[in-house]
Amino acid sequence: MIVQLAVEVPYWGQSLLRVLGGLVAVLLPAGTIVYLFLFKMMSFMQSRLGPMEAGPFGSMQLFAEVGKWLQKEDIVPENADARIYKIAPIIVLVSTFLLVVVIPFGPDAWFTNFSAGVFYALAIGSVSVIGILVAGWSSANKYSLLGGLRAAGQLIAYELPMVLAVVGVVIQAGSMNLQDIVMAQNTGEIFGWSGIGFPFVLTQFVGFLIFMIAVQAELTQAPFDMPIAESELVSGYMTEYSGFRFLMFFIGEFATAGVFALIASVLFLGGWGIPFSWFGWETIDQVDNWMNIVGPLIMFTKMMVLTGIIMWVRFSYPRFREDQLQRFAWKVLIPLSLANIAVTAIVKVVV
Amino acid sequence: MTMLSERQQLSYIASQAADARLNVELETEGMTLNIGPQHPATHGTLRIIARLDGEQVVWAEPSAGYMHRGYEKLTEVRTFPQVTTLINRIDWLGSFANEVPFILAAEKLMEIEAPPRAQHIRTILFELSRIANVGLFLGDLGVQMGAITPVFLAFRDREYVLNLIEGATGGRFHPNFDRIGGLKDDLPQGWIDETRQVMKKLRGFCDEIEDLLFGNEIFQSRTRGIGVIPADVARQYGLSGANLRASGVDWDLRRDQSLPMAWDKVDFKVWTHPDGDSWARCWVRLQEVRESTKIVDQLLDTMPAGPVMAKVPRIIKVPEGEAWVSTENPLGEMGYYVVSKGDLGPFRVKIRSASFNNISITPWLLKGVYVPDIITILASLYFILGDIDR
Repeated sequence: MIVQLAVEVPYWGQSLLRVLGGLVAVLLPAGTIVYLFLFKMMSFMQSRLGPMEAGPFGSMQLFAEVGKWLQKEDIVPENADARIYKIAPIIVLVSTFLLVVVIPFGPDAWFTNFSAGVFYALAIGSVSVIGILVAGWSSANKYSLLGGLRAAGQLIAYELPMVLAVVGVVIQAGSMNLQDIVMAQNTGEIFGWSGIGFPFVLTQFVGFLIFMIAVQAELTQAPFDMPIAESELVSGYMTEYSGFRFLMFFIGEFATAGVFALIASVLFLGGWGIPFSWFGWETIDQVDNWMNIVGPLIMFTKMMVLTGIIMWVRFSYPRFREDQLQRFAWKVLIPLSLANIAVTAIVKVVV
Repeated sequence: MTMLSERQQLSYIASQAADARLNVELETEGMTLNIGPQHPATHGTLRIIARLDGEQVVWAEPSAGYMHRGYEKLTEVRTFPQVTTLINRIDWLGSFANEVPFILAAEKLMEIEAPPRAQHIRTILFELSRIANVGLFLGDLGVQMGAITPVFLAFRDREYVLNLIEGATGGRFHPNFDRIGGLKDDLPQGWIDETRQVMKKLRGFCDEIEDLLFGNEIFQSRTRGIGVIPADVARQYGLSGANLRASGVDWDLRRDQSLPMAWDKVDFKVWTHPDGDSWARCWVRLQEVRESTKIVDQLLDTMPAGPVMAKVPRIIKVPEGEAWVSTENPLGEMGYYVVSKGDLGPFRVKIRSASFNNISITPWLLKGVYVPDIITILASLYFILGDIDR
């Protein structure tokens, strides 16, 4: 796996490219998700048109919204803990950027090839809890406080099934490196037939479901949106935020949806790869260079499908109550994921 | 009596404490949460002061009156025909139904009766406003629990009903169509066929909501067994309408009362539910919308011919006397006690609106529930702020 670029890029240039790539990898999916799902799919599901005025079919609506938010006053409540209040949305957004760092988009198109990528992704994914908790606490608003506490309880409860669901994949792939997990899926074969590789969703279907449910909770999307719960807590931890700090929360919410969908597609759906047997590749070094262009597109497609499902659920379900949500996590998801690990491990040893 | 004064005392202390704490540091123990007056779940400006222990409500008290518009006083300076314009706005989602009891009370005092065709059309419009009102409730229910799609479906299908009301009366929200002695106009051409089609659509809407919302397990777990009102408590607090029927009390003024309206000419079922929880209240309302569409269909089939206006003097002076008429409005029992001194306008009007009594149970009902359940219970009790504050 040697990076072969046509021109020699100095280290600072590589770093700049990585930062730009990170911005694209986070903001482009976020914008697409907001426009395609939040604006358009939701509208069609609710028998209305959605934004139609700004640009063709309202496609420029998001830019208009961003412009609006940037113009708004950055209000800090009088009794708020101003410094922490201002940092909180940045923590949330930065955790998203840190998350995208380990995701491979192609044979050479990665930011870092980190050998404990899964571990890192799951650890960093829970950093946003701090931002949310701090946002709720520092706002000096009772609704925000309730929202922040709910978010903390919920995110911790759903971090566990998420980690446990991934353990099954790690056992099966025999590696915590995301690149290796992609390889294991695309070079694998089902009973000697390698036509579609071996995406782990086939054997780890339970794990996939648990992972997606946990992602839904982690993103605080309905039916797990009680930290925001606009009909109870106004907007939960975001109540007091306005202007570009709200925008950061907003981008963070949808960008994280995209990034978690990317992780899910890497872990369960074969990531950037196409079954290697199609082109006679055996190892990652034989993969042609054009996969660095096609790979991200494949990832993007898979991400859109998965976020589409996340949003679909979000638009159609009412929300749980806090205690029901905790009960669901601790009494259903965690035992189920533990059973999944046990079965996977036994099968791995026996077969 | 002692209990009442104690409650008043507590209410005073809590409101003072709530005001004082607004700008004070947060307390971890026994937080007082002000839900409203500006809160998305209160459909307007209802304020609920809740003392919380964690997420559990220790004590709650509704504080009404932020939207008091003084209707009872305003009616005294208006003539009888002018009053309907005003009282339209009490329950703004089912406004035609507000006019009917007042007009009936005035007719009772004048000892006239609307012709049969007018009675029929009145009943149809009454039921249409019930459908428009409760249909929106069915969608709003979802939004209170975080499902955003049903409310748009409800608004979409309520539009058909509002179009019908507009077609017949000229006003979508505030028809002001009822006159003492009958109605302003007859129905327009083609209205009856149109209504039949819309009723079919609305039955489809009810099925859709039942699938989307009532069949949803999360919805069931959020409403079943939550906010249970036993029948005797419901009676003591003076609940009416679907809230009372959901507690298993078979009580419907449309059936139990003989008014000069057309309900006795149709055959309909009064739905009750034994459970008395939030689910039962929602379910009874859903069945009521269905039943209303059937009532409208039957009335359309048996529409009599004839005038829509009885002979009334040009300048209406209601003879001296007192009359009480109440009807089964979308939100519950709504009644007017009209006192006339023989003038152009009423001497005094006492309005009994359903929501005011319906939310009076909240201090009893909200004790011990969780914060998210406050919202579902309030949503299932279904009040309209105009109907509380008048």
